[in-house]
Amino acid sequence: MDLSILWYLIPSVIMFACGVYGFVTRKNMIAILISLELILNSADLNFVIFNRFLFPGSMEGMVFTLFAIAIAAAETAIAIAIIINIYRSIGEMNIRLTNKMKN
Amino acid sequence: MGVTLPILILCLPLFMFLLLGIGGVKMTKKTAGVLGILGMGTCMTLSYIVAFTYFFSGDAAFIVDGVRQQFQVFDVTWLAFTQKLVVNLGFLLDPISAMMLVVITTISFMVHLYSWGYMEGESGFQRYYAFLSLFSFSMLGLVVATNIFQMYIFWELVGVSSYLLIGFFYKLPSAVSASKKAFIVTRFADLGFLIGILILSYYTNTFNFVEMTGNPFQVLAQTHGATFMGASVLTWAMVLIFTGGMGKSAMMPLHIWLPDAMEGPTPVSALIHAATMVVAGVYLVARMFPVYCVVETAMTFISVVGAITAFYAAVVACTQVDIKRVLAFSTISQIAFMMVSLGVARDYNIPGVHYSGLGYMAGMFHLFTHAMFKALLFLGAGALIHAVHSNDYTKMGGLRKYMPVTHWTFLIGCLAIAGIFPFSGFFSKDEMLAAMFSSHWFWGAWMTMVAGLTAFYMFRLYFLIFWWEENPDYAHHKPHDAPWQMSIPLIFLAAVSCVAGFIPFGKLVTWNGAPYTIHIEPAVAATSLTVAVVAILLAAKMYMKKNDIPTKVKNLCPGLWTAAYHRFYWDEIYQFVTHKIIFGIICRSIAWFDRHVIDATMDGFAWLANKASWSIRGMQSGNVQAYVLWYFLGALAIICVTWLCLI
Repeated sequence: MDLSILWYLIPSVIMFACGVYGFVTRKNMIAILISLELILNSADLNFVIFNRFLFPGSMEGMVFTLFAIAIAAAETAIAIAIIINIYRSIGEMNIRLTNKMKN
Repeated sequence: MGVTLPILILCLPLFMFLLLGIGGVKMTKKTAGVLGILGMGTCMTLSYIVAFTYFFSGDAAFIVDGVRQQFQVFDVTWLAFTQKLVVNLGFLLDPISAMMLVVITTISFMVHLYSWGYMEGESGFQRYYAFLSLFSFSMLGLVVATNIFQMYIFWELVGVSSYLLIGFFYKLPSAVSASKKAFIVTRFADLGFLIGILILSYYTNTFNFVEMTGNPFQVLAQTHGATFMGASVLTWAMVLIFTGGMGKSAMMPLHIWLPDAMEGPTPVSALIHAATMVVAGVYLVARMFPVYCVVETAMTFISVVGAITAFYAAVVACTQVDIKRVLAFSTISQIAFMMVSLGVARDYNIPGVHYSGLGYMAGMFHLFTHAMFKALLFLGAGALIHAVHSNDYTKMGGLRKYMPVTHWTFLIGCLAIAGIFPFSGFFSKDEMLAAMFSSHWFWGAWMTMVAGLTAFYMFRLYFLIFWWEENPDYAHHKPHDAPWQMSIPLIFLAAVSCVAGFIPFGKLVTWNGAPYTIHIEPAVAATSLTVAVVAILLAAKMYMKKNDIPTKVKNLCPGLWTAAYHRFYWDEIYQFVTHKIIFGIICRSIAWFDRHVIDATMDGFAWLANKASWSIRGMQSGNVQAYVLWYFLGALAIICVTWLCLI
């Protein structure tokens, strides 16, 4: 059985939905960061999928995905740094406690 | 004549102002003073050269067939707003501007020199010299203006420098309020001046003096037919322009600032409020004289205002205690004298009158002589105040033995202003009275009476200061003559006051430039001399030795005396009008409208915006996850709507 594009897209949608759900509901910042990574990865997956099915001869989508992964890694490092700093200053990782800009 | 000297005359004081104003704090007082005096001295020399070249070189540009010409040394376009509205800056040489160059720079130099002694020890000495330079620059720019707009610009600059100098002792509340009063009153008058300029130039399409005064009948023709409230537009324009002159020259009812302006340092009073700035109004009328001549109403208005002011100020001067105030009112009276003299002059031949432009020449002559002897009197008053540390004559008396130089120079000044032969005031006043008598006997008689009052109050002042009774305080603090920096200007100005009357003024300054030989009218001269001598003898009888005649005279009609002492309550009238009527009724109702209608509308908008934002402020909770949820829901909603629309 030939795999249609749908078989690839469904896991991507599930990952995206999980990511959004986790991002909105989780309280731990690390968990939120993981959810964010899920959203990003589902988007990366979409790039690859559409490249493979719509423009089989070219490589742009693949290359773009590689760059996106690299930037996502850098962004995660920044996010981790922020989370560590917040943890140091308030001793908590609960996102509900960080709703004030001051102090 | 090249443009170098005239430009230097204007630029040197401006440069000194900038130098002393910016670099003054880094200089010692002596450097600043010497620099100021040297700068003004150079400027004076240059002005003398220019004026003498104009009067005596015989150059065809200046004099043609014995008639002096108006000569624009340069006239450059400065601001070209539209095709018609073009403002030029230039340098106009004609008899009156050349004369004023001499008067301004001479008096200014004397005051610079005098101030070196007088202001010694005052803080802000450098600032003072900077302001003096600024004032000289503005006044020189005013007199050499080629067009009425340039004159207006410098007119305002003169007002500013006067404001700065009156308020020089800015820590004294009285000086601050006096400077504000002077600025506001003259500014109010200048509004009329500006409107007058705009009306006039709207119809004539020019600001230039030479074009306007060269052909006044063309001005008359250009404004022909336009009327406003029953008077022709030209009449309105000329009366409004004269309003500006009334403000600067302290004519009634805009005279109230001048007596208060005596809060400034005394040399400043001598420079600004006696000799140069206050004659700007007279100068303005003289400058526009040919145009004024075609507007009979305006000329009558000038004469009437002048005559009333001259009498009023002379009466008030008889009762004042502060010696500077006496001199201030005497200035108002003398300037009004010049105004009447200009008001009765005409530029055409009146049947039966020998020379109808005599009033113009005499007014300018008196402007010249008055500047010299009034500066002398003020500087003398400064020397007295310097010695006694008070402005009141009650703290003086019997000073002739202690201060001989001041005494003799002051006496010469008093004789000159009283019009005693052979001092300068006699000649100019005689010419003015002759002009007034030739116009109508009423003007002559009225102004002869004012001249008598002048002699009386000046000698009242003189006797009360130098004779009367010695102040017992002299035992503790012996008054003495001023240092040389102050004595030299006194002696110089006294010498000028002795000889200035013999200048053949009619050959130099006349309304059309054609020479005129001055004749002493025996009848007029005899009358005015008799009146003056009688007034002086009366003053001597009353005030030479301590006696009770003055008190008796005062008690004859105490109401009149009190009213005159309070300057006939003009200040109180202004206080009433401004505070009770303008502030109390008009401004209060406007303030109510502002607060309850305009502010209320704006407050309503603010209230609405406040309520609206308050109702949605809960959405910005700072909770990032909520934002993300809303974002996704919104994105979903947009997708759904788009999808529905596309189907």
